[in-house]
Amino acid sequence: MSEPKTITVTVNDKIVEMVVPAHRTLLEALRHEGFVEIKCGCEKGDCGACAVLLDGEPVDSCLTLAWHAEGREVTTIKGIGQPGNADPLQKTFIETGASQCGYCTPGMIVAAKSLLKKNPNPSLNDIKRGLSGNLCRCTGYTRIFEAVQLAAEELHAEGESA
Amino acid sequence: MNQTDVSQGSIANVNLRQVGKNKPRNDAPAKVHGKAVYAGDYYMEGMLFAKVLHSDRACANIHSVDVSAAKALPGVHSVLTAADLTASNAVMTDLPGQTGGGTKDTKQPILAADKVRFHGQPIALVAAETYELAELALDLIIVDYEDTEGIYDPFDAQKPGAPIVYGKDNIVAAYKIRKGDIEKGFADADYILENTFSSQYQEQAFLEPEAAVAWVDEHDILNIRSSTQVIEHFRAVADALGIPHNRVHLMAPYVGGGFGGKEVMTIEVWLALLAMDTKRPVKLIQTRENSFLSHGPRHPFTITHKTGVTKDGKITAMKIDLTSDAGAYAKLSPYILLYSVVGSTGPYRVDNLWVDATSAATNNLPACAFRGFGTMQANTACEAQMEEIAKLIGMDSLQLRRRNFIQPGDPNTTGQIIRSSVWSDQCATKALAALGQRPDNADHLAYGHGVACYQQSYGRIRWMKDSSESWVGLEMDGTLIVRCAVTDIGAGQMSALAQIAGEILGVPMDEVTVYFGDGHVNPLAGTSTASRALYMSGKATELAARTVRENLLECMANHFQVSPGELELADSKVFVLDNPERYMSTKDMVKACAAEGVHRHNLAIFKAPPSEGLDPETGQGDVFPDFTYGAHAAQVSVDTDTGEVTVIKSVGAHDVGQAINLRAVEGQIEGSALMGQGFALSEELILEKGVLKNGSLSEYLIPTSEDVPEIQSIVLESRSGLGPFGSKGIGEPVFAPVAASIVNAVADAIGARIYDLPLTPEKVLAAINEKDKLQRGR
Repeated sequence: MSEPKTITVTVNDKIVEMVVPAHRTLLEALRHEGFVEIKCGCEKGDCGACAVLLDGEPVDSCLTLAWHAEGREVTTIKGIGQPGNADPLQKTFIETGASQCGYCTPGMIVAAKSLLKKNPNPSLNDIKRGLSGNLCRCTGYTRIFEAVQLAAEELHAEGESA
Repeated sequence: MNQTDVSQGSIANVNLRQVGKNKPRNDAPAKVHGKAVYAGDYYMEGMLFAKVLHSDRACANIHSVDVSAAKALPGVHSVLTAADLTASNAVMTDLPGQTGGGTKDTKQPILAADKVRFHGQPIALVAAETYELAELALDLIIVDYEDTEGIYDPFDAQKPGAPIVYGKDNIVAAYKIRKGDIEKGFADADYILENTFSSQYQEQAFLEPEAAVAWVDEHDILNIRSSTQVIEHFRAVADALGIPHNRVHLMAPYVGGGFGGKEVMTIEVWLALLAMDTKRPVKLIQTRENSFLSHGPRHPFTITHKTGVTKDGKITAMKIDLTSDAGAYAKLSPYILLYSVVGSTGPYRVDNLWVDATSAATNNLPACAFRGFGTMQANTACEAQMEEIAKLIGMDSLQLRRRNFIQPGDPNTTGQIIRSSVWSDQCATKALAALGQRPDNADHLAYGHGVACYQQSYGRIRWMKDSSESWVGLEMDGTLIVRCAVTDIGAGQMSALAQIAGEILGVPMDEVTVYFGDGHVNPLAGTSTASRALYMSGKATELAARTVRENLLECMANHFQVSPGELELADSKVFVLDNPERYMSTKDMVKACAAEGVHRHNLAIFKAPPSEGLDPETGQGDVFPDFTYGAHAAQVSVDTDTGEVTVIKSVGAHDVGQAINLRAVEGQIEGSALMGQGFALSEELILEKGVLKNGSLSEYLIPTSEDVPEIQSIVLESRSGLGPFGSKGIGEPVFAPVAASIVNAVADAIGARIYDLPLTPEKVLAAINEKDKLQRGR
């Protein structure tokens, strides 16, 4: 095992300093720092529950070494929106009932956020493909698709009024 | 895509202000903002991290377990094996909860001593400063195994001379039904058809693996915060440790999915042992691979149906043989087998019936509870048989079903008289109609339609004498509190209680706080299993709220000088029904009632209807409180070149009695549609001599977003259920017919039946080739 090193990562606009060994994943490191909104479902990149944005790009934090995030920006579900300043996705997930047990939800919204950023007008198939790395066992995904479509519409409306 | 058919019962709903409406669930905001805290998210000062050594083989003697190197590793605080569990090394895995009924002896060793009987059986526990150290310690434990001859087939397990895994003869449970005159029934038949169906292991694959934190507090109370469906396991933990029940405090925060996999105790007792040994908080989050080995998957079943039917479609006799593979320990196998017996005839009246059911032990994974709980496997076979009968006698299969649907007042499989509405016909008709036209076969794509009905219980087996408690009280500012220790496993168990109490006391849902999941602060509600949570805890909450309502209205009647029946509570007000301008705010009402010393809260208990069990010779008796009925229909395409099946449309139509939260009901139907699709087409645990070969989410394939068909929910409301406002349980029922509808659709598409699930492309292609061969031979 190599010596741990001190790294600095910006998480949800806050600078976080952590001492981590080379083999520690970003998932473990950030959860250890209290960012437990990042969920752990498989530690193998199979389920997407641990998805975060790394410099705006979605990654499975269980497949990303913490050292890899040094000096970079991480966005978790809490960085996407807060109560009172919620992201349209968070609102539509509530309205449609897209969250049941809720364990996949943080990663799912992170993935959906990234999808809408790249493709503001996703077709149903685009959404299906864009979320295919995120497993959900409760909902059958249909409400999730609906929530993403509604959020896309809301973002358009916001864009037009801005 | 979801449309909800306007329910027939909804006409009667005009007086409901919250119940039945599309209310956002009150757990949703915390979940979408990343604020919902799950068992594995808790951190405590001085906390240690646990790992478990699971057996890597299915059947072996253990000569020794050498933990000296693991114990010597700096930072390791505890290493426990069976040798350390001197007082007791057994934990009960029977049905827990608020039951006054007896229990079967289903004890299982906490840690394997001289023998492992299944792949994954726990052998040693480690607690260390970090997970990494705990993992290192596991690697240092040396287990000296000697492989022994195991048994891996439930039929072989029943043969004379088979290695014994359980009891004297490997028989974990057996039931029989002897009803009517089976010989006469077959003699009266114009046709007799016999088929054998088999189904596979299915893994729950909840997204949150088992997780818990345990600690001993300043009062020597053992606290466990765990991802469980059943906080009443505190009793089994206490019994296993030899301490009084009131010294164990088990609580469940939000649970990241259960589906039955967190019904029997999973990791709680391990953490209890480590916390007591180290005197420090200990946390364990199972890895996904170990999670596959830590609960019990769905039982594989082999089911033979022999059916007698007249040429006009009346079933005259059924002879059914059911065999399930229990695996190495009993767990809930006896109960699951009983459910399969009750469900074996589907939603049909069969007067001449002969059922034999056996659950046999093997060295395979101990199977356990999974949504559907035996009923689903039995129903899948029955509904496939119905299609084959229809084909044999040349009758439309829906007509055949109509000819035989059970009706209110009829006796079911065990002679229980059906009391609620049975809307199977309407549900099946609507579901099939929603599929629309079947596309014409084109090129290498063959299209098929399939439907399946069901009868599934909600509520626990009646001789368990189930009950649930709930406390409802109004605060001085007019807000409402519900205290009910129901576990919230994601289906909206908690949210529904806010809606029910809010409806009765006229308080908007967002002004209701529900304290849940902690039975030492809140009254015990029983388990979130058996599609009972809404029925039982909902009913207890309804009773408590109604008592509070009566107390308040009696006081207010005096104030307004009217009778209590002339008053209504709604929108945070009490008002005179005929003259709504005469009103008082709930806040003022509570104050006025408080000044009069009126009870503004109530603790209620709801008791399910009891029964005294089955006649052992005939298998007749009342088993369940009630049943839910409905149907699922599916449109599929089959690629005749590759054997790949695509579900295009998937429609669930169910009489839910009364939707409490319509959106949540639809969520159950939609989730079931995909989970049932996984069972029908892709999900299968592969075991080789008992050793699991595909225990990961990349090898065990649950449906992804790309597999989602167009799903439609049709919700009907007969208001005939036993739950609050006439609701029925739905979590399991809506799942029961899904796989069967897809299997029937595939048979329709390719013109051939596959009797062994799941319908992998290999099996589908083989069936197509076999059929082609037969046709060419003609």
